[in-house]
Amino acid sequence: METTLAGHAMETLPHVTWLGVLIKAIIILAVISAIAGFGTFIERKVLAFMQRRLGPMHVGPYGLLQLAADGIKLFTKEDIIPQNANKFIFMIAPIITAATAFIALAAVPVFPDFTIPSWIPLLGGTFVPSIAADLNIGILFVLGMMAAGLYGPLLAGMSQANKWGIIGAARTAVQFLSYEVVTGLSILAPIMLVGSLSFVDFNDYQSGGIGSWLIWQQPVAFVLFLIAGFAETNRTPFDLLEHEAEVVSGYATEYSGMRWGMFFIGEYANMITVSIIAAVVFLGGYSVEGIGWLTIILKVAFFFFLMLWVRASWPHIRPDQLMWLCWKVLMPIAVINIVITGIVMMV
Amino acid sequence: MGLEQFKNRNVGTQNYTKLDLGETPANGFEQFKQVAKRTFKGELFVGLWVTLREMINALFKGQMHTVKYPFEKMPISPRYRAIHDMLRLLESGHYRCIGCGLCEKICISNCITMDTRYDENQRKEVTEYTINFGRCIFCGYCAEVCPELAIVHGPRYETASEQRASFSLFEDMLTPIDQLNLQQEYDGFGAVSPNADANIKKTPLAY
Repeated sequence: METTLAGHAMETLPHVTWLGVLIKAIIILAVISAIAGFGTFIERKVLAFMQRRLGPMHVGPYGLLQLAADGIKLFTKEDIIPQNANKFIFMIAPIITAATAFIALAAVPVFPDFTIPSWIPLLGGTFVPSIAADLNIGILFVLGMMAAGLYGPLLAGMSQANKWGIIGAARTAVQFLSYEVVTGLSILAPIMLVGSLSFVDFNDYQSGGIGSWLIWQQPVAFVLFLIAGFAETNRTPFDLLEHEAEVVSGYATEYSGMRWGMFFIGEYANMITVSIIAAVVFLGGYSVEGIGWLTIILKVAFFFFLMLWVRASWPHIRPDQLMWLCWKVLMPIAVINIVITGIVMMV
Repeated sequence: MGLEQFKNRNVGTQNYTKLDLGETPANGFEQFKQVAKRTFKGELFVGLWVTLREMINALFKGQMHTVKYPFEKMPISPRYRAIHDMLRLLESGHYRCIGCGLCEKICISNCITMDTRYDENQRKEVTEYTINFGRCIFCGYCAEVCPELAIVHGPRYETASEQRASFSLFEDMLTPIDQLNLQQEYDGFGAVSPNADANIKKTPLAY
């Protein structure tokens, strides 16, 4: 079975060249940063609608060009480095956040694969794969990269010689220690079912329509992963790192201009990554034929909207409540879920 | 009545209505039950529905609250006290002010300055009338005391200007003669009440 599948793949899929991967990387970088920027606009609009406001309206039609105005502002603003900060770490911390967010996207299937038409000079005939790096341990790599991304807020908060930053960094560590266990354990049960860490295998496992989606077999794991995903992306019920009402801006207090912007590009790229993982692992992912590429966009859009929706609706929790929730509630549930999944698989 | 009842800080003895906050869990199992109950109560989804409902109301049912201010303006109350207007008589177009000086007298911030003289028909003529809007507190006494409804508070609340003299001269506040047909009667302080006709009584002459 496996050999025939592999042979089938070898016959049909064109050879992936370094040029194709490079083009794919550039496409991901350009499109995801554009979407991440656009996400801030969508967030402001959705939050405004939920509070019966209009949101940004004046720059361009329906405020669409607000994004450009904000971008110009971010790029041209003075980049202030505080006097007593550890300058080197202060300067690279936002790069860690943004870079890890995009590196994580390297192993995630974004957009269907295609071949550049042969009439285009130089690049014609190049096959651009769906995944820039089709690792057989994709999920592990993505989760690891997103976990490494937490070094950004941690180092930023510790390097900036600001007490709010220190508190933000401490909260980063607290949050990281709490949710990362739940993320790994919650996604372990689907991994056991599928028997692979590759996103493509997950997608193929659920290719039999809505009934074969893993959310029906693993509803508990889905909810746990969603909760942990909110913590992973610092979204509202768990936005301890930068909650304005408590710690001014947390780890981002002293940042300005493009370095501040990089944190948020990273955060929004992470939101997209978590949405894609949730869509691929639990909601059937994409299908190659027909308008399958549209379904994954809709799924990702739903998760993105859910994050904004939750931000508009729910209050955020205290750090001790986060630790309590993760260690005393979510982790036992995840372990029980794994044990039950294992028993069901063995029986 | 003394102050004794206010000095009693003993909360327990007064007649308070206690909120029903439920029982505080006493042991581990009750704590677990409370967590489970709160987890599956669905309150979070109620919260989600509230915000979604407001979004639907705002987008599709026309309940958006934003007023795009410089382009749209909220209707203001007729009793709003903004920059003063000087009204004209509708019949003759002459200004209503009879130069009695009551507004100048009653003004508590002394911002109204007026000067009058007798014209050739022995009528009072207003020669000078200014309101110092740097001092005016928009209390409305001038409009209330005016026997002729001549000085009233208009609806013009956007008072940014290059010079503060831009508003304060008699001619600036007076209804332009070519817009006399657009002059609105004043409903605010000191205006004639809607049932004024019914309230008219014969003057008692048999003193």
